[in-house]
Amino acid sequence: MQISMTVNGNDVTSEIEPRVLLVHYIREVLGLTGTHWGCDTSNCGTCVVLMDGQPVKSCTVLAAMAAGHDIRTVEGLATGGTLDPVQQGFMEEHGLQCGFCTPGMMLTARALLDKNPHPDDTEIRQAISGQICRCTGYATIVRSVQWAAAHPAGHGLDDAPATDYSAGTGLDGTDTAVPDVATETAETGTEVKA
Amino acid sequence: MTVIHDRPSNPAAGDEDRPIGYGRIQRKEDPRFVRGQGHYLDDIVLPGMLHSAILRAPVAHARLVSIDTTNALAHPKVVAVITGKDLLGLKLAWAPTLSADVQAVLVTDKVRFQGQEVAFVVAEDRYAARDALELIDVEYDVLPPLVDARKALDPDAPVIRDEIEGRTDNRIFDWEIGDKAETDAVFASADVVVSQEVVYPRVHPAPLETCGAVADFDAVNGKLTLYETTQAPHAHRTLFAIVAGIPEHKIRIVSPDIGGGFGNKVGIYPGYILAVVGSIVSGRPVKWVEDRSENLMSTSFARDYIMQGDIAATKDGKILALRTHVLADHGAFNATAQPTKNPAGFFSIFTGSYDLKAAYCSVTGVYTNKAPGGVAYACSFRVTEAVYLVERMVDVLARKLNMDPAELRLKNFIKPEQFPYANKTGWVYDSGNYEAAMRLSMQLAGYEDLRREQAEKRERGELMGIGVAFFTEVVGAGPRKHFDIVGLGMADGAELRVHPTGKAVVRISVQSQGQGHETTFAQIVAEELGIPPEDIEVVHGDTDQTPFGLGTYGSRSTPVSGGAVALVARKVREKAKLIAGAMLETRPEDLEWEKGRWFVKGDPSVGKTIAEIAMGAHGTVALPEGVDGNLDAEVTYDPPNLTFPFGAYICVVDVDPGTGQVKVRRFVAVDDCGTRINPMIIEGQVHGGLTDGVGMALMEIIEFDEAGNCLAGSFMDYLIPTAMEVPDWETGFTVTPSPHHPIGAKGIGESATVGSPPAIVNAVVDALAPFGVTHMDMPCTPARVWAAMQGRARPPI
Amino acid sequence: MQIPAPFDYVRATSVDNALELLARYGPESRVVAGGHSLLPMMKLRLSRPEWLIDINDLYELDFILRDGNKLRVGALTRHTTLLESDEVAALFPIVRDAELVIADPVVRNRGTIGGSLCQADPAEDLSTVCDVLAAEAVIRGPRGERILSMSEFHRGPYETAVGQDELLCELRFGIRPRTGSAYEKVERRVGDWAVGAAGAAVTLAADGTVDDAAVGLTALGLDHLVADAAAVLRGRRPDEELFAQAGRLAAAACDPVADQRGPVDYKRHLADELTQRVLRRACARAAQMQEG
Repeated sequence: MQISMTVNGNDVTSEIEPRVLLVHYIREVLGLTGTHWGCDTSNCGTCVVLMDGQPVKSCTVLAAMAAGHDIRTVEGLATGGTLDPVQQGFMEEHGLQCGFCTPGMMLTARALLDKNPHPDDTEIRQAISGQICRCTGYATIVRSVQWAAAHPAGHGLDDAPATDYSAGTGLDGTDTAVPDVATETAETGTEVKA
Repeated sequence: MTVIHDRPSNPAAGDEDRPIGYGRIQRKEDPRFVRGQGHYLDDIVLPGMLHSAILRAPVAHARLVSIDTTNALAHPKVVAVITGKDLLGLKLAWAPTLSADVQAVLVTDKVRFQGQEVAFVVAEDRYAARDALELIDVEYDVLPPLVDARKALDPDAPVIRDEIEGRTDNRIFDWEIGDKAETDAVFASADVVVSQEVVYPRVHPAPLETCGAVADFDAVNGKLTLYETTQAPHAHRTLFAIVAGIPEHKIRIVSPDIGGGFGNKVGIYPGYILAVVGSIVSGRPVKWVEDRSENLMSTSFARDYIMQGDIAATKDGKILALRTHVLADHGAFNATAQPTKNPAGFFSIFTGSYDLKAAYCSVTGVYTNKAPGGVAYACSFRVTEAVYLVERMVDVLARKLNMDPAELRLKNFIKPEQFPYANKTGWVYDSGNYEAAMRLSMQLAGYEDLRREQAEKRERGELMGIGVAFFTEVVGAGPRKHFDIVGLGMADGAELRVHPTGKAVVRISVQSQGQGHETTFAQIVAEELGIPPEDIEVVHGDTDQTPFGLGTYGSRSTPVSGGAVALVARKVREKAKLIAGAMLETRPEDLEWEKGRWFVKGDPSVGKTIAEIAMGAHGTVALPEGVDGNLDAEVTYDPPNLTFPFGAYICVVDVDPGTGQVKVRRFVAVDDCGTRINPMIIEGQVHGGLTDGVGMALMEIIEFDEAGNCLAGSFMDYLIPTAMEVPDWETGFTVTPSPHHPIGAKGIGESATVGSPPAIVNAVVDALAPFGVTHMDMPCTPARVWAAMQGRARPPI
Repeated sequence: MQIPAPFDYVRATSVDNALELLARYGPESRVVAGGHSLLPMMKLRLSRPEWLIDINDLYELDFILRDGNKLRVGALTRHTTLLESDEVAALFPIVRDAELVIADPVVRNRGTIGGSLCQADPAEDLSTVCDVLAAEAVIRGPRGERILSMSEFHRGPYETAVGQDELLCELRFGIRPRTGSAYEKVERRVGDWAVGAAGAAVTLAADGTVDDAAVGLTALGLDHLVADAAAVLRGRRPDEELFAQAGRLAAAACDPVADQRGPVDYKRHLADELTQRVLRRACARAAQMQEG
């Protein structure tokens, strides 16, 4: 059957089998592999995309059902060459590790902030409660979304990888001193003294 | 020395100038991930690539009577259907495991667990491959299954591995360590002895990305390129050379971005081998990716240890000895991924963080009709089980002695001046200051106030629990004289090249599954050479591009590969010194190092930066005798000992007395992983592990019914914590560097997974103390908690 | 990934069109709305319809409107819409209680009230909600429209009175003064199916005694309402002793089965405990309404 929809602002039309899942359509027909899948039962939320602005689990939506709708994937988060503040927030606050759940988490965060620009932590946790992250323990995801809420215009930087590695410091000045101790210890091979 | 810090759990990034090297910097891998530009296994598409699917056994134990593939082969899009019989012809029906056993690639004689691989379909697309599975007719002769390890050694138990000649029972091994006679003697004369059976149920790492492979066999050149979700690409290359008979120089393993591993992606699964066979047979690339049920039902599980623990102490709370016997369920094939000489992994560190007079443990491993595996899920080679046992036993003892559990621990810790400390089972702990970490966690938690609050709540009938746990990890395997996996020493290599313009490439043998290697290892080089991290490319995950090494698991990347990277950078630094000497026409011994630069002692204005030296090395500088024209080096690091991270965790739970629901209200984690490279990444590793702990303690379990059906075959049944079940983590740290590691780092990847389950269970049991509960087994689901309150610790299902 | 067996797909343009399609394609066709129950079953190939009739374009079934002393809710109303409706929450707080614990926010964006009721999973929350609120189901078919009570609608697990050629179009809830309602569920984790849940609706008389009451249970082996609850509560002033009595009735009435979520005695205990809790909350809400 033939389907048409809008994906990240582009009109697409394809000939597909009716049973093609939206996640497969996005990944394999359109080649947008930023949308992942992690289960078959709509429990993990790795496949979340926005459909008409609302998060949906694309493993449990048929591509045919999405026809005529507006789909937004992680590839469509950055606009006009600028990273979405949510994307910047995830980098700032270590909201990702393996990166697998990240696209879905960021899209849900974007939908939440569009509806509620200043959510509290509980509202953020509720919003992402249908999505599993196996790496971060969620606290840094909550912080990432809060960062985005606090920076609605983001850094205002161009869509370029953050390379200013010296700027993100200052977690604790003490860490700077410790390596010297360790290096000295290792080089002299002496026992560590209490 | 130990440096003690506490800090707010959500610090605002400061603006203090940061010297190049260690510290909180953003991750180098994040720009691609936040754009959806990560490149995972299922994202790989090769020209002409075929897809595949595995037909799996619907029952746990059955004779295979017949397989008819006629209808499947008639499917217009099916290219090949491979059965066990086909593999017998290729001598590939059975593959060696990582524990000197063999595992069936496809069933030839008998199904041994539900979900076992029976047939392999290769087709033009993944939908067709799935459809064709339904067209294969298989006849089974169902046998009685054995899924209860306690019955595995019964005389009438079905013999699962009857294909092994002479085998008449399900015993895999008996293993012991420690001095039994000495331990028994201490127990015999102790004031107080407490015993408790502690079960660590079967759980699963369940990374969000399932396992998969794309095999591309080039028949003309005889070269196999295998893209795999693997945490250990080099070890896989060697094993594939052995298994498939392809010469090792003709095998290239590529591990792309990995969507979480946690030990699930260490082993070699039948699907990987089948993808290779499929590619050889079809002459085209073949992709195999498992679905979630396949992942949960057939790939490496974790734990499944039934531990009988005994603890002996004086009546005033001096712990004297620990003793345990473990019944270890290894499933249908002994496929645990662990060092050869350690059939129970590093469980022998069950002596924990305490100064004991004696300790003894024995472990019996058995086969059951369950999926193989056993060492996974951030377990540090079974340190999780060990720490859970000892930390539960200490709490049981505290209750017996009516002592505060924190106080009992403080009284028994190994003292800072006792390090290096040789425990009673052969480990030499490198460094530690346990009391400092414990006291810091108590201070951060407000321990005294919590106990007061608890007393008030108990008066009102409210159930609040405070759980304390302390752990000593053992990671960074390991010295090759003691540790190997299938004969491969557990070392790691590193190669560093500084290009003429001063930018560097470091190639490592370990494989990130989200830990941030591209950042951490760049920071180590940056610290050693003064090159900014953004000017250092970290190459990993491709065996054609990187030096040999055993990969990432058991928290070994920083302890082993991190050591290799520091040493290779120092080697480059020393070479740079010789070249700088030539450039400055100075004797090298007259040069002094500051980060990024060699200069003349006493005249800091005269010197050469690493970039200048690199250009010199590749340029026209007259090089000293024996120095070749580059600024490159390589090392293989064989660590002199393992490292021993530790931590003190305090958990606060509230239990609903009417329903048994447990809410983790607070969790304070103080970790010591030695030298800290990137505090942001460290904190992330801790947070993730704490969440694993909530999962295991409260909800995760793989159970089987009596017919051998796996009851956790999807994420509807295998529950993983969401953002709603975990609190906002409160973290702190102390720093006690490892004395033998090149930079003093110890590893952090699994500490929190190891340390958090006992803290949570101890908290739940503490909450239930008014009901006389002294122990309950994980997971503490509402039903089980309620049952414990009724005096029955484990409900029958 | 799991993939459904092949089928043909057609998108209905109106209720009439949907009914025509159902008639045309017969028993091998299935209606899909949110799809979060049906598609996973199809991926497991436990369900293999030949035709899938997509009713997501039937915006005529997506409404919440007050019509005199009734609240009418279209069958295609999404869970999220129900959850976020302040009008629904004010009239029937049990709906918001339940919607908050149905699946997860992303699934709730797709799932519909009609789909939940027609799936008739014993662990499905809205069936209990509709039971205790004495909702009516409006069903249309080739023979016209019929309106069923919930006891007529439910036929047991995974079975309803909606015929193969019919479509559930609307739920109607009677608005009663001085009425409070509540729902509470015990789950092993957010988003999990219920270990057990209870819902209650209580109407108070002007003197503060119970005028009418209904108690229903989810996933605890009770198809309809706790039969004697209304009789026991009626005319009595709500207090802890009364709640305890109702709790015992619920425990006696239920017939749960043991599974991974818990053994029978625990689930029976939950029937008791949760009945008390929802009655307590429903009475408090009814009293508040009375004052307000």
